[in-house]
Amino acid sequence: MTERHTDLSPTFGTGPAVDTSAEPAATAALAPTPPLGSTPAQTVGPYLHIGLLWPDGPDVVPDGTPGAIWIRGQIFDGAGEAVPDALVETWQADPDGRFDHPDDPRGARPPSVPGFRGFGRSATDPDGRYEIRTLRPGALPGPDGETEAPHLNLSIFARGLLHRLVTRLYFPDEEAANAADPVLGSIDPARRATLVARPAPDGFRFDIHLQGPDETVFFAV
Amino acid sequence: MTTEHIRSADPDLPTVDAATGSTAGPTRAGRLVLPRYRHDDPDTHPPLLFPDYGSTNLRAPKQPLALLPQRLTEVTGPLLGEGRLGDLDHDLTRQHAGEPLGQRIIVHGRVLDGNGRPVPNTLVEIWQPNAAGRYRHAVDNWPAPLDPNFTGVGRTLTDADGHYRFVTVQPGAYPWRNHPNAWRPAHIHFSLFGQAFTQRLVTQMYFPGDPLFFQDPVFNSVRDPLARERLISRYDHSVTEPEWALGFEFDLVLRGREATPFEDGEDDD
Repeated sequence: MTERHTDLSPTFGTGPAVDTSAEPAATAALAPTPPLGSTPAQTVGPYLHIGLLWPDGPDVVPDGTPGAIWIRGQIFDGAGEAVPDALVETWQADPDGRFDHPDDPRGARPPSVPGFRGFGRSATDPDGRYEIRTLRPGALPGPDGETEAPHLNLSIFARGLLHRLVTRLYFPDEEAANAADPVLGSIDPARRATLVARPAPDGFRFDIHLQGPDETVFFAV
Repeated sequence: MTTEHIRSADPDLPTVDAATGSTAGPTRAGRLVLPRYRHDDPDTHPPLLFPDYGSTNLRAPKQPLALLPQRLTEVTGPLLGEGRLGDLDHDLTRQHAGEPLGQRIIVHGRVLDGNGRPVPNTLVEIWQPNAAGRYRHAVDNWPAPLDPNFTGVGRTLTDADGHYRFVTVQPGAYPWRNHPNAWRPAHIHFSLFGQAFTQRLVTQMYFPGDPLFFQDPVFNSVRDPLARERLISRYDHSVTEPEWALGFEFDLVLRGREATPFEDGEDDD
């Protein structure tokens, strides 16, 4: 019951108890210890709204930002019913294709657009609708010299989703870039369209089908 | 978004960031070198379709997941900081005129990555029902009382050692209609970002010895019994405060990184 495992696996009910004090911070680039098991995911449940909503959640860019677009859509379940208790989160590069993040090997760079957060968060309403105000991201270089078409990464959380779903949104007017995109190119051509948004008067529309004949392509990351 | 605690990568050489252990940087060949996050064992996270949890039946995708390689969008993520926090967000017992009813508890622990390194300055969000098991949410109307002094929402940032701490009240068990006489074990919802889109985690913390585990499909959807135990907090007498609050420790582990592959046997560590 309380026997310590040499591989640092947690003992019953203790959670991972790890002493990292012996490891000098300066050499912490690679930990020589065996990997710790990740904490499992669990559903957000039906009451995510009390914990995860921010007044400015949908604002990847502030109101009044020149060139801002709205990305709106509905989420549907396998019966074609709207999902009224989901949360959509978006993450993307800025319009120059840069990230203000230390793990971007080109260097962390503050965004050229004031207030650009890169991150958006929107719960669905009773009709299953979400919305995000953002800017179109730039294209991205890949590690093997390829170029990724402009895209947003999306996480979807909901009651009945024991783990988040991950998908990508591409833009319909980027035909050449989309045709060369390594991720889109890896998807069954018959299903690629589920990852491409549709034009809308003030931006784009991107519906998400969790299940069924129009099922959106979801990814393991 | 704040990067004050972060040193930008040198444009010419791989660098090791003291705060994050990041070794991202272009090699001399000009290729981007990105960190790689290890994939979890298949039984660590729940399957998307778990029929015992009825809501999964119409919401779990039927098609297999496609593999998304880890590129720039996947190895970066929002670094959300102090701007997201109010003064009392870490203390769910002091957000109203009076004190909430119930057993006052301290929930603390560390956020680590799979290499055992702390994840510093990272946002932790929690939400929970009150001591009677009722959520302050329009859709929750089971006949248990609301508490005018309890919202059930908390936020904090981990410190430089990855440590976080909340004060709250012990949540009650929550009834639902998933199966006959269904009750959720007492739990607190946790949401973490880590440093990368790849590390994003939403989970639930449970309490040791809960008699309701046996019939709970959400808890039991985690197939690996050792992984399941990682969802259970530990009673921690060392942080229990006399005549004030009981202490519970709950560490969270986000996906760790693989060694950065340097070309030509380069080793800048």
